[in-house]
Amino acid sequence: MFTTGAESLLHQAREIQDEELSRFCSRIVKLLQKDPGAEAVDALRRLFLIISATKYGRRLEKPCMDLLQTTLCSPTCPEQLQLLCAAILREMAPSEGLALSCDHIQNSRTLSLAASVLLAQGDRQDEVRNVGQRALQLLEARQPEGPGPRPLLPVLSKVVSLAPGTLPQAQADLLHRRLVDWLRYASIQQGAAQPSGGFFSAPRTRQPGPVTEVDGAVATDFFTVLSTGQRFTEDQRLNVQAFSMLRTWLLSSGPTSAGAADADDRSELEGSTLSVLSATSATASHLLPPQQQLRAGAFEYCQRLLEQSTRRALRRGDSDLQKSCLVEAVQLLDVLCRQEPSFLYRALSCLKALLGRLCGDPAQARALLPIARFLLSHGEAAAVDSEAICQHLFSSVPAELFPSPMLAFEFAQFCRDSLHLFSPDQGIFKPSFPSLFKLLAWHSPALTSEFVVLLPALVDAGTAVEMLHALLDLPCLTAALDLQLRSSPAASSERPLWDISLRPTSCLEGFRDPQFQGLFQYLLRTKAGGITKRLAPLHRLLQPMASCARVVQCAEAVPTLLQVFFAAVTQVADGALTAQLALVLLERSNFLFQVPQYEAQVHRVMSSQFLALCRLRPALVVELARDLLDFVGSVSGIHSRERMFTAVVWAVGEYLAVSYDRRCTVEQVNRFFESLEALLFEVTQSRRSATLPPCPPQVVTVLMTTLTKLASRSQDLIPRVSLLLSKLRALPQGPAMGSAPRDEDTDTIRTRATELTNLLKMPSVAQFVFTPGTEASTPRFHRDANTALPLALHTVSRLMDREAGLPVA
Amino acid sequence: MCLRWANRSHSQILLGQTLSAGAPRWGFTLISPRSLTSLHTCLGAMVHAFLIHTLRAPHAEDTGFCRVLYSCVFAAEKSPDDPRPHGAERDRLLRKEQILAVARQVESMCRLQQQASGRSPMDLPPQSSDEPTSLHEAPHGAFRLAAGDPFQEPRTVVWLGVLSLGFALVLDAHENLLLAEGTLRLLTRFLFDHLRLLAPSANLLLRADRVEAILTRFLPHGQLLFLNDQLVQGLEKELSAAWPL
Repeated sequence: MFTTGAESLLHQAREIQDEELSRFCSRIVKLLQKDPGAEAVDALRRLFLIISATKYGRRLEKPCMDLLQTTLCSPTCPEQLQLLCAAILREMAPSEGLALSCDHIQNSRTLSLAASVLLAQGDRQDEVRNVGQRALQLLEARQPEGPGPRPLLPVLSKVVSLAPGTLPQAQADLLHRRLVDWLRYASIQQGAAQPSGGFFSAPRTRQPGPVTEVDGAVATDFFTVLSTGQRFTEDQRLNVQAFSMLRTWLLSSGPTSAGAADADDRSELEGSTLSVLSATSATASHLLPPQQQLRAGAFEYCQRLLEQSTRRALRRGDSDLQKSCLVEAVQLLDVLCRQEPSFLYRALSCLKALLGRLCGDPAQARALLPIARFLLSHGEAAAVDSEAICQHLFSSVPAELFPSPMLAFEFAQFCRDSLHLFSPDQGIFKPSFPSLFKLLAWHSPALTSEFVVLLPALVDAGTAVEMLHALLDLPCLTAALDLQLRSSPAASSERPLWDISLRPTSCLEGFRDPQFQGLFQYLLRTKAGGITKRLAPLHRLLQPMASCARVVQCAEAVPTLLQVFFAAVTQVADGALTAQLALVLLERSNFLFQVPQYEAQVHRVMSSQFLALCRLRPALVVELARDLLDFVGSVSGIHSRERMFTAVVWAVGEYLAVSYDRRCTVEQVNRFFESLEALLFEVTQSRRSATLPPCPPQVVTVLMTTLTKLASRSQDLIPRVSLLLSKLRALPQGPAMGSAPRDEDTDTIRTRATELTNLLKMPSVAQFVFTPGTEASTPRFHRDANTALPLALHTVSRLMDREAGLPVA
Repeated sequence: MCLRWANRSHSQILLGQTLSAGAPRWGFTLISPRSLTSLHTCLGAMVHAFLIHTLRAPHAEDTGFCRVLYSCVFAAEKSPDDPRPHGAERDRLLRKEQILAVARQVESMCRLQQQASGRSPMDLPPQSSDEPTSLHEAPHGAFRLAAGDPFQEPRTVVWLGVLSLGFALVLDAHENLLLAEGTLRLLTRFLFDHLRLLAPSANLLLRADRVEAILTRFLPHGQLLFLNDQLVQGLEKELSAAWPL
């Protein structure tokens, strides 16, 4: 475990000075020159720590660097020393003075070690290509020294994944052929036991048996990664390596498949000419070009894996491997069918059979994702099946398996990668957002960034209002999911998935109470239903869970998601929807689940989005006049949702004007004026109880400004607002004020009142300043000194300056 | 949100001199825009890096730092064609910062997961050093790293938190996650067994050779292997024979 001892060791390693290091290097040189032993190992371990512990470069003396490289390349040197030398050189990388080259290495294991150092250099000197070339040359030599070709395969796999398509065709063809051999013709007898060295053991080495399947039965067909036995032969191990690298190799080998798009185009051509040939089995495909041979062999391998994955594994490790193999086989089939469309129909029939088997088994849910992906990406041929599987995936998988972090991530990744494949007329993806939100609500830290990408694709004009409610209730959903887990039949499992320190007894009772059933069912729905229900009763019921960590984490994610939602929804919203959304904001600002900090954070987003909606569609203020009047009608709103209140009052001042909407009448302006006037009077003059907190100066100034704006548009109101402003200018100071603002705030209010009064003295200027025409934002009005705007600005600043110069008294 | 990103600012401070105003969140301006155009070159599915780092106890974030105890990058990303001097040093610095950034994010994810489930890493039942640790119950997860943040290509991180250690694989975006998860568990189990990490005097820092030996066998060059149970046992026997405890 990591102790303070280790921490101090790290510090020591970092603080070693160059001089000390150089002395240490000389010691290492001496140790490595003579027959290196335990002391050398210890020294190299320390050197590794010294170099890896700091992010700043360390310089080693040239003799030391050289010796590390020679030791690394010496085939007789013990593995331990070689690994240490390779690790040190890799940690040094990129190093400018590296002399290591793979050109003369004959031993495959040494090449593998050298490759780890060379590939760490950042490919400044074409190292990737050189390593790849050398590995292929050793492979061509058929009998490379040392442990055979096995160590070369991962090197090649890495090389092609780093630089696809760089290997020359002829060499790539060689590997295609050998991969087919390894994949399809590995021995089906188990490896022989190593002779134990005893005097009598040699004569009675038992004949090894045949390899078996994971369920213990004798293997029925060729060897695969799911074939097992006591011991494995070298060609069986090569089979494992070959399959492990197969997908990378198919995707990136050969100069022709440099890009995915290229591969698609080309394969269609090939498919048409070679479809008959390539559909034959690998055993009968010796006449095919090597690449097609490999594809045919790979296809058969996948088919065999799918068959093997139906067997009941005797060991837990093998049952896990079966699942991984299933996923890999399906992904491989996808690659193969893209490259060779003639495989498609056979692949489809395999997968359909597989689907029937997997759909009912929750333990196999993760294997369904690549199958769905396959069916979606192979278009019309698979349209019916892809619809069925997506239906199943979206409706039941998140609802049943949301607690698994890996499934949740993979599900989100699947959606993200398949966004362009979901057909809009299938109508499965978008209405499934309540289902997907379960994953988000439970795993918000890992999935928020995924949903930032997914959310715009989920937004639909038809369900936008429902989605907005769902987002605002996301922390509530987290709490409900928690309750669902606690009350599920499997709740007695050994390792509960919920917070065991919390015992929300009352919530659990509520969860089972028929009175709340309907609301919980609605909250935990899997599909958008087009209706919205008010969850206020649940907010109260779930309140004891509001402070639990998962709920708080989810609440922290909501503001970001809301912003993403609004950015997307404004792209598709018409006037009616915009009005609905604005109404939801007004209403919900008062009904939020009471999670610590949640309300404040959400109000911040709500207020800015409300203003953005008004800016987008100024007529909202006239259309929603009645609702806005209701909203600003009470003083209590100021304190509970100050930001939202400020935004609404500001929006009224900005957009309640004939220039924005012809339906705006004088009566309307007057009604707003009276309402706001009364409110301003109330917060500044009459209410002086010590129980209420002082009204924030922002609210007071916004109210003043809005009233002035309205007066500038309906000039009969100017005397009334002037009177009000003059009262505010005379606002008394001192602690005796009770609910009145503090001193510096009073100053601000008085200054603003003075400015507004001055502006109102020249009504035409006031109107221009408060309700500038849309042309005022065009550049001409700011550049051209002869237009009215510079003149007006000049006038205004003179008016302001005159007052600002006065002492505030 | 703020909790999650809070850790990130640290690397910006450390790399302060290289930042520019237009830098992405993590501020790795060392990645030139040109290198980001090669986004689609990586078609393969391999492991980019493996790392072991510390997990600080919750509420102890202010004491000490998240330390990377071991890391192996299986092949460096292509270096940008940067004509400025000290390119190699900057490359190395960037790689170290990338790994540290992953470690910090894993630590943060692990902490959030543990808080959410109401557990602390010390809650695992105490185990004797010869009993295999139950890794199926350890906190684990996966998250995605967008292109350029901090690696050139998009990557996926699969992580596992055991007691005060975090283990993570940084994967190419389309790697087989089930296999990666299984491999990470396997590696972690071997590391615990062969480095005796549960013993009080265990010292990972001076045992890099053993970590390397495990990686060369079970994750050669970042290649995830489809190993069945018997084959794993065979390989483990070979490992124990070559590297006696």
